[in-house]
Amino acid sequence: MTAPSRTIAFTLNGRPVTAEVAPHHTLIEVLRDGFGLYGARESCGQGLCGCCTVLLDGRGVSSCLYLAVFADGAELVTVEHLAAGGELDPVQEAFIEAGAFQCGFCTPGFVLMTKQLLDEHPDPSDDQIRHYLSGNLCRCGTYPQIVEAVKLAARKRGSV
Amino acid sequence: MNDTAFVSTGQVGRSLPRVEARAKVTGTAEYIHNFRLPGMLIGKICRSTVPHGRIRHIDTSAAAAIPGVYAIVTGEDIRKIIPDPYYGPAFHDQPILALDKVRFVGEPVAVALAADPHIAENAARAITVEYDELPAVYDEVEAVTATAYVHDVLKPAGTFADLKHLVGRRQTNVALDFHLRRGDVEAEFAAADHVFAHEFRTQQVMHTPLEPFVSVAEAANGAVTIHTASQNPSFVRVEIARLLGLKENRVRVRTAFLGGGFGGKLYIKLEALVTALTLIAQRPVKVSLTMEEQFFTITRHPCTFRIKSAVTKDGRVTARKCEVYYNGGAYADIGPRVAQKSGFAAAGPYDIANVHIDSFETYTNRPPAGALRGFGTPQLVWAYESHTDLIARALSLDPVEFRRRNLLRDGRPQATGTVMRDAPLAAVLERAAAAIGWGQPFDRGSGPVKRGRGIAIGFKASISPTASVAIVNLSGDGSCTLYCGTVDMGQGSTTAMAQIAADCLGIEAETVRVIAADTDVTPYDMGTLGSRSTYHMGLAIQRAAADAKAKLAALAAELGVPEGTNLPIAELFRRKYGAQAGNIIGTGSFMPSHKSPDPQTGQTDDATPYWMSAATGCEVEVDTETGRFRILRLVNVADCGTAINPRIVETQLTGATVMQLGFTVYEGMEFTDGQLRNPSFAEYKIPGIRDMPARLEGEIVTSRQGGGPFGAKGVGESGTYAVSPAIANAIHDAVGVRISALPITAEKVYRALREAAGNPLPED
Ligand code: FES
Ligand code: FES
Repeated sequence: MTAPSRTIAFTLNGRPVTAEVAPHHTLIEVLRDGFGLYGARESCGQGLCGCCTVLLDGRGVSSCLYLAVFADGAELVTVEHLAAGGELDPVQEAFIEAGAFQCGFCTPGFVLMTKQLLDEHPDPSDDQIRHYLSGNLCRCGTYPQIVEAVKLAARKRGSV
Repeated sequence: MNDTAFVSTGQVGRSLPRVEARAKVTGTAEYIHNFRLPGMLIGKICRSTVPHGRIRHIDTSAAAAIPGVYAIVTGEDIRKIIPDPYYGPAFHDQPILALDKVRFVGEPVAVALAADPHIAENAARAITVEYDELPAVYDEVEAVTATAYVHDVLKPAGTFADLKHLVGRRQTNVALDFHLRRGDVEAEFAAADHVFAHEFRTQQVMHTPLEPFVSVAEAANGAVTIHTASQNPSFVRVEIARLLGLKENRVRVRTAFLGGGFGGKLYIKLEALVTALTLIAQRPVKVSLTMEEQFFTITRHPCTFRIKSAVTKDGRVTARKCEVYYNGGAYADIGPRVAQKSGFAAAGPYDIANVHIDSFETYTNRPPAGALRGFGTPQLVWAYESHTDLIARALSLDPVEFRRRNLLRDGRPQATGTVMRDAPLAAVLERAAAAIGWGQPFDRGSGPVKRGRGIAIGFKASISPTASVAIVNLSGDGSCTLYCGTVDMGQGSTTAMAQIAADCLGIEAETVRVIAADTDVTPYDMGTLGSRSTYHMGLAIQRAAADAKAKLAALAAELGVPEGTNLPIAELFRRKYGAQAGNIIGTGSFMPSHKSPDPQTGQTDDATPYWMSAATGCEVEVDTETGRFRILRLVNVADCGTAINPRIVETQLTGATVMQLGFTVYEGMEFTDGQLRNPSFAEYKIPGIRDMPARLEGEIVTSRQGGGPFGAKGVGESGTYAVSPAIANAIHDAVGVRISALPITAEKVYRALREAAGNPLPED
């Protein structure tokens, strides 16, 4: 591609980084090709499934649509950061304990959205859970167990 | 060998979390989706824009001229290196890239290769193809008599005895006709108190695994390696070896975790294409489909089912005639197996003396159809359980009582003549009825909003006969590695198989390492399909573990260790080799007995090693002013024999319920003149978290499958069987109208209500 590229600087999983990106590059391409991060996955490619979710300044975005140039100056967290210290995040623990996945392809997206939800609403109502997770699809249909996991994660975070 | 000789040591029946759980929540689990090789090219596909036509000309010049394009490949280029580039499990009918003709909109015609996916995509768009359009056929019933033929000549693969009579047949769209005859239905219809006849239809839907189809191939030194999201690597190996004229040991097929499969990732999907491309390009090649492209790859059969029953005045079904038309699309894939294996169970789980079944697999100019979680069964259950409910209502019989009266009991012959064993149909039905509160008074709603309840039950035979082979490897320190070709696509097989191996060996399941399917190391397995793995692979593992134990005992004897000493395995090895060294390899294989049905009558006394059953109870609320309905409660009860991991079984059950809920009330591929209008989640809606019924439950009934490993059998598909008719039956119960074609939409309900009120809406 001949489009002029540009250097952007952002924080990725706690570290300052820079990347050379073309205007058409999406965030997920840069994470994969530039940083070898594969936890965000492109599935629908249309912002409809949430498999590619990353947290940008604390908010879930669809990295399949989000143009990388707009991440300049942002703080980015991918699922890889959650257990960076070797210890699982309470959300991840809860997903395991509640059996809240089958194939696991959608799981990083659900985990990150749950993290955002609990950061904003530590004790979420059923409605809030449905609202925050409505942009994430699970074709394995693990929703009942995911709801259970979110509630369990809320309890785990509340008790620490 | 006596397979029931194993006494559980407590690993089977544990609800331990999936062994790969940590990798899945941290995003590090391996999927082929993420796989890359140095020097790898990306292939993007140019697809047919017409439903049926002769290829007049393919112009690749503009595409090839784009800077960064490595090559443009057409079907003719492939024919130069693979002289007969047609594949398929039942018919060798599908070209790797279209040759001479295209048969559906979306069929792959050419591929653009480039290192940069954006360049490959632009190039694929720059390819222009001219067609001479041919008349097309889309409907499965019309296909039988149509004069537009999808294929000029039928080419059965020769692996299936029941397709031999179709060799070389011309001027037909029928890819399989299965017939079952038992008793005399016509005499019964003539003499019956009541005769009921209905027609039901299902729509075309797609698996939409969130990891879209993906394969990578590389070739070197006369051998090919394919990294692929496949549910049956052993089949892929055999088929690629056949296409290339290689021995099996020159073809390696490996998988990783699959991001969903549901029957879609079976047989050949992209594997033959990436193999041909890597041989042409002499570079590794990856083809990764978009969500949109998945809809042009494999789907679930649309189906038309005409069903007719004779019933006595006291509610006994004495005869049933079934005419089932499956719409297989442009290529047969495994469709003929769907038509046959499901066809023989089309009369339902009932004890009916006279049965007449004709089941047809047809070719049409639509995207191909194959296996999707149930192998044709959900389409059948939709029809026979809607029909059953209509009969009960017409005779003013309680729908559960009517089913109870006719249910096939253990020890009675099913329509094939095979005697039913270990199929607790009655327990499944009663449990579902009790769970939904059947027979108890409930709030039927007030004003325009009405409530109703529905129930349905379905069953399915296992696909037979198929083989599984397993290897148990004990290392010098006593640790156990399990080599088994079962692919974990989310059903939890890695965990279940580890539990089975561990239980046989008397060790902790968590300590067993399971090697993902890789034909270079894992032995043959027919495929991860049809809910067969727990039973077939489970038994192979039991035998492999028994073999390893026998070898351990022989080693102990050789070393003069008295029986019953219980020396740790590591110590045995140390005494034998003087160090931490050596292996003990146990192998085991399993293939059930089976007798092919008689080609004229479909009769056999050994149709299947086991039956699976499930019943669904549903409660709905319908707004009579708009037709909108809400599912308040959905309970799915299944029988899986012994649950190897009860927690995972429940998740599978609720998961299958959610998937079938989508196929019942949301999903449907919509076509205009063969053009698919909605290949995107924007317009093809799958269930999200907001679409969950207020109560969604999965339950298993206690039972034991004779001959199964620890009394277990499969359950991956069971949750799909009875959901659709349970919902339709509940809607009927609430507002008195019947929807006979899936999906059930508010518009259909509203139209039916208006029609029932004698004030029909005009057709649009
Ligand atoms: S892949 Fe980004 S939302 Fe689906
Ligand atoms: S676990 Fe498979 S898509 Fe969610």
